[in-house]
Amino acid sequence: MGFENFGTVSFTAAAKAADFMTHLEAGKVMTTRCRNCGASYFPPKADCPACLSSDVDWFEIKGQGKLNTYTIVNYGPTGFENDAPYILALGEFEGGIQILARLGRDIKPDDIKVGMSLAISPVKLPDNRVAYEFNKV
Amino acid sequence: MRVKNSHYGAANPKATYRKELGLEDILNSEVITSPLKKFDCCANADGASCIIVARGDVAKGITQVPIWIIGLGAATDTMTMAGRKSLTGLECAQEAGKQAYKMAGLKPQDIDVAEVHDCFTVSEILAYEDLGFAKPGEGVGLIEDKQTYADGKIPVNVDGGLLSKGHPIGATGGSQIRTIVRQLRRQATEAQVKGAEVGLVHNIGGIGQYGNVTILRR
Repeated sequence: MGFENFGTVSFTAAAKAADFMTHLEAGKVMTTRCRNCGASYFPPKADCPACLSSDVDWFEIKGQGKLNTYTIVNYGPTGFENDAPYILALGEFEGGIQILARLGRDIKPDDIKVGMSLAISPVKLPDNRVAYEFNKV
Repeated sequence: MRVKNSHYGAANPKATYRKELGLEDILNSEVITSPLKKFDCCANADGASCIIVARGDVAKGITQVPIWIIGLGAATDTMTMAGRKSLTGLECAQEAGKQAYKMAGLKPQDIDVAEVHDCFTVSEILAYEDLGFAKPGEGVGLIEDKQTYADGKIPVNVDGGLLSKGHPIGATGGSQIRTIVRQLRRQATEAQVKGAEVGLVHNIGGIGQYGNVTILRR
């Protein structure tokens, strides 16, 4: 089981951090922290770019994040044409972890403010596909 | 930025976009992904480029004006943009620039003409800052003062840039080298920078995963 069911378009089936999908399907957005140097990453990495260790721990992204910036995508790239318009946002969560995700459809463009609070949760897409998105708190 | 690059693109017979655009044309174009509009984005293009590289003594035998590679820099960054230290610059470009300047023994103010990776209008401003042509946050001032036009302090993308030429990905870097070689050989009749002796090429791969900086001298 890998990333073949991830997102609108999956760019890879095999990945060393494929446990991410198992957690996502179980309702949790999880990522990794390096046990050697303590650096944490999103998306998860099985190998730490900072110290090159492969000894990593999984933890759940919980609590409130804040919106750092966003863009309204009117023209999606190949494979995403039918999804547009959608909003891509950069949120910052506990420990300074930065996450790029779509804003849920429950957030309207007029309600978006940089600095606003966000939550993150898995989202089910058609054809048994899964992703994650930001939601209102 | 696009007004400048479209001005020079109109004079470049190899450019995809050869129409000179006014500020209103650009500001009134449709939003692709906010705040970037159609004319803030380079077009996908097909293309090919070729560079002949030879040992010094061989080069002297095959051309009257060999152009010398005097500085090279290459650096990489993480695949994901979200986790990077800064979103207002590309660290791979800053590092590649530092390496190339060091190898050439030159400073940003020694560059007479440059080609930078303007895949979007904002990318050219970030390149000014990453290469030291402007301090961080001051890249906008450089174009507002028209200092990157052919007769400015540091002419940049006076062949129209990727914004006018289009971006054939693998061929783009070679096209940038060609422009600087023509400038240093004083063959850039459409927009020759007077007395150009040293030129710089800044090329970015992916979304800032790879940065390459090359400094050339006539």
